[in-house]
Amino acid sequence: MGDVFVLIEHRQGELRDINWEMLNMASQVASDFEGEVVSVLLGSGVDDFADKLSGACSKVLYVDDPKLENFNADMYQKVLSSLIDEHKPTIVMVGHTASGVDLAPALAVEKDLPYLTDLIELRNEGGKPVAVRQYYQGKVNAEFSFADADTYLFTIREAAFEPIEPAQKGSVEKVESPVKEEIDYRKFVEYVEAEIGEVDITQSDMLIGIGRGVKEDKNMPMMEELAQLFSADLCGSRAAVDSGWLPHDRQVGTSGKSVKPKLYFAVGISGAFQHLAGIKGAKTIVAINKDANAPIFAEADYGVVDDLFKVVPKLVEELKEG
Amino acid sequence: MKTFVAIKYVPDTSEAEINLDSTGMGVDTSRFSFDINEADNYAVEEAVQIKENHGGSVSVVSIGPQDSEVTIRMALAKGGDNAIRIEDSRIFEHDPLAVAKVLASSIKDQECDLVMTGCMANDDGNMSVGVALAEELGVPHAAMVKQVEVLDGKVRAHRELEGGLMEVVELTLPAVLTIQTGINEPRYAPIKGIRQAKKKELKVMSLDDLGLPADQVDESASKIKLNQMYIPEVEAKAEFIEGEDAEEKAVKLAEVLKKGGLV
Repeated sequence: MGDVFVLIEHRQGELRDINWEMLNMASQVASDFEGEVVSVLLGSGVDDFADKLSGACSKVLYVDDPKLENFNADMYQKVLSSLIDEHKPTIVMVGHTASGVDLAPALAVEKDLPYLTDLIELRNEGGKPVAVRQYYQGKVNAEFSFADADTYLFTIREAAFEPIEPAQKGSVEKVESPVKEEIDYRKFVEYVEAEIGEVDITQSDMLIGIGRGVKEDKNMPMMEELAQLFSADLCGSRAAVDSGWLPHDRQVGTSGKSVKPKLYFAVGISGAFQHLAGIKGAKTIVAINKDANAPIFAEADYGVVDDLFKVVPKLVEELKEG
Repeated sequence: MKTFVAIKYVPDTSEAEINLDSTGMGVDTSRFSFDINEADNYAVEEAVQIKENHGGSVSVVSIGPQDSEVTIRMALAKGGDNAIRIEDSRIFEHDPLAVAKVLASSIKDQECDLVMTGCMANDDGNMSVGVALAEELGVPHAAMVKQVEVLDGKVRAHRELEGGLMEVVELTLPAVLTIQTGINEPRYAPIKGIRQAKKKELKVMSLDDLGLPADQVDESASKIKLNQMYIPEVEAKAEFIEGEDAEEKAVKLAEVLKKGGLV
């Protein structure tokens, strides 16, 4: 047939944004493969999700089972494996997300599927998939083709595609889980919410975002002075938080916060896609980075290519003079 | 607790421009310094801390060239007990499933309670080797782990999800954990440790030594085929602020910010 399966992600009663992005990508690809887009929804009592999704695909395959209430990579793997055997989709799309990367590699090994991760492009060439992914944090692209197979498994980059506008009325097929047994070797225990810090950067109007380029703890006073001049809050990339320069609740990006300030001033941030996904809502982005090819400049409105340790002190001096 | 840590030797390209090599199928890494992959460094630290708190041993395993032995020795200096370095040019390293198969073959016949590796390699960003390795070994796994609690015959892992949320899961041992950066504070190797590391066992193995037929993990065995690499055009949306030197650019940037009412 040539159907494209999209594994739906949901958590704590919410459908995640990646679903609509994958459905958009899938709808572009499915017609090339003469197939239909099928949302694969694994959950318990989530008929409302099924209904919502049906507006954005041909069919929702909804496996309703109490064992699927919370994500469990092993349970998902068993169910998906069985659905792949039964329906033989040409392409299975999984988000390149915390859930997706916990699941897809094991499924690929189990089913011996052609498997490529973190796709930013997928097209049909002569009836076969050709895909593009990136190396070195977005600095190099690599194009892959695949051995012939009935089913290909891909993980899809978050925020790389526009969300689909729901515009159709697909069907919903509710089925029982093909997996009857419990899984005793991996158990979901609980979710733990992030601690709330003293500043909520999602509400900040002015943000100075710092990254690996800041290099050392001893350079932080310079960043703090800059922040003061803008009446801005400091936030940063994963590298800045891992280095202990900032508390965890100041991390911007997929694993941290999404921000929407008037000004996002990125200092020494190269712009890994995980970070860029978190600043899409910023009105104006200014970036200083040594590397003119840094991905941050694809998102920034104004860019300075130079050594931040020369630019920032002079900028501070200028701004102080008014 | 007998722990294996899989580490990767990667170039530091974080602040550099990248060029392709003459084949167009790889990157010219000759100008870069190489070191342990960032997330793997946290995995080593976590393994050493578990050994310190619960006893046992830490074995380091890595696929890499001879130059990577400095990095492997550094992991031994921090508390690793022994190491295996696998070198075989036939391994198709673009395919994370091939890499996982090689690593699995070096671990599977040994006594092992826990395997840890970084959740992502900074060069290829596949985020797949650890979870594929678990499937190869037939043991449970958890990806992107930012806290580990060792229990009796089990491990409790806090997985980092989006938006700062954690998912706590319990796995029976043996298990594989892929470690997220920031889980701990990786130590510097002590001088004494560096001295001791020189005497620790570091075995070098080929696919033949591992008893793994090359045609299971080479390019012909892989179901993915690299067609080409290319440098993406950064559609620089940014208006670049030009100037003779950094100071001039700073002055102009200040003007732009003031004019835009952004300061």
